[in-house]
Amino acid sequence: MIRKALHAAVSLVLSGALALPLTAEEHISEILINEEIPITLRTEAPPFVEGLDEIMSGWLFRSEETQTLQLDDFDNPAFVFVDQGMDLFNKVEGTAGKSCAACHQDLSEFAGLRASLPRVEDGQVVTMEDLINECRVERMGAEPWKWSGTQMTSVNALISLQSRGMPVNVKIDGEARPFWEKGKELYYTRVGQLDLACANCHENNFGNMIRADRLSQGMINGFPTYRLKNAKLNSVQGRFKGCMKNIRATPYKEGSEEFKALELYLASRGNGLSVEAPSVRN
Amino acid sequence: MKNTAITLAAFLLATGAAYAQTMPSDVVFEDGAVAQSLTGVAGDPANGRAVFKNRKKGNCLACHANADLASEQFHGEIGPPLDGVGDRYTEAELRGIIVNAKMVFEDTIMPAFYRVDGLNRVLEKFQGKTILTAQEVEDVVAYLMTLK
Ligand code: HEC
Ligand code: HEC
Repeated sequence: MIRKALHAAVSLVLSGALALPLTAEEHISEILINEEIPITLRTEAPPFVEGLDEIMSGWLFRSEETQTLQLDDFDNPAFVFVDQGMDLFNKVEGTAGKSCAACHQDLSEFAGLRASLPRVEDGQVVTMEDLINECRVERMGAEPWKWSGTQMTSVNALISLQSRGMPVNVKIDGEARPFWEKGKELYYTRVGQLDLACANCHENNFGNMIRADRLSQGMINGFPTYRLKNAKLNSVQGRFKGCMKNIRATPYKEGSEEFKALELYLASRGNGLSVEAPSVRN
Repeated sequence: MKNTAITLAAFLLATGAAYAQTMPSDVVFEDGAVAQSLTGVAGDPANGRAVFKNRKKGNCLACHANADLASEQFHGEIGPPLDGVGDRYTEAELRGIIVNAKMVFEDTIMPAFYRVDGLNRVLEKFQGKTILTAQEVEDVVAYLMTLK
């Protein structure tokens, strides 16, 4: 039944080479969300990603049940949080007596923002979390939100949703270059008691099972991500923390220079995939 | 008086064992193999099997399939299946692979199970500790030798 529904809902664009032992769904290169928003699931890797020929959405590596949840917003559990994000967006808070909506009447003005973040401005990496807290602190006179708290991830999801279906296009040259280089170095550096780098799992072993999990390429085009495992929206940097703890490494702090550089680098590896936020994973 | 004597005897036994145990930095490799037992105590294959599948110890199934543990769900696909590994390698070679697989397979993803040097940003509670104890390494090696 699920298989049938899935196949009815996706546009079956089959790709050529079958390099990996993938399930049938994993050869799909595009899906339609809500039967109208096209999502590119696989495409040629950007030239600066030396270790991959093709970049692939994390959606491809999940079970059919999990995949199906993302195909329609009525089934996607992340939308409970998007709705909460809408309430927060309209809520007056802080000394200026303003809500987000007071300055941003039309949410669609955010189309394209998620696709271009993180970006570098005045010598600093700027993430969605930074932009949201900048508005709260400087324009609303309100308390900043916790990096991976529900308020932050919910509003992040609401704003990211405005870019859904647009190709990720993060800038890596000019001012961004040194940060990108730093992020790249972190991606390939082995850490922790298990002495592993992100690349060991997500570049060299995607498609393979690691015990009960199928390794993806660790792309971040779907964030914030609803995970069935913890039943909430997860931030990108929260996920980095989780992967580092799993290899028994001391994670960097959320919002640290290191994690921001890593986020910039990882986002750029997905240049050409679609913004999928809010995605569903296990 | 009698108590003191027993405590003293226990202490001597414990330190004696500690002396016999090779520290991680003192393990001698020859062509990737480690000929000498890390403890001088014969490995226990039954405990080795338990360590092998324990997610907090060897967690070997994360990466390797092993038909002997077909009862366990979910075997990884990252490394080769370990069926028959006791025929393919000598005990000394297996000990080398478990202690530090990087001495055998260059740049491998397989963690070194008895090593503390040269690691970065290890979580505080694991700092200065090996993933497996010396005896657990011996037990796992003894278990692998049964996979014929
Ligand atoms: C020991 C293997 C391992 C290492 C090393 C590792 N990860 Fe992961 N990672 C996983 C597993 C397993 C998952 C869940 C399945 C999947 O999506 O790949 C995951 C998921 C992810 C995801 C979510 C992907 C999605 O589609 O939602 C991201 C992002 C990620 N990892 C980034 C990283 C980064 C950055 C590093 C290095 C700091 C790293 N990982 C290191 C195993 C690893
Ligand atoms: C994170 C992944 C990973 C884990 C965990 C892991 N291994 Fe491995 N292992 C590998 C890979 C990959 C290879 C193949 C060598 C290579 O190409 O890097 C390998 C090779 C081996 C070999 C040689 C097999 C052959 O046929 O040549 C043995 C024996 C072995 N591992 C035993 C173990 C044992 C025992 C454990 C647990 C105590 C373990 N491994 C944990 C990834 C892993």
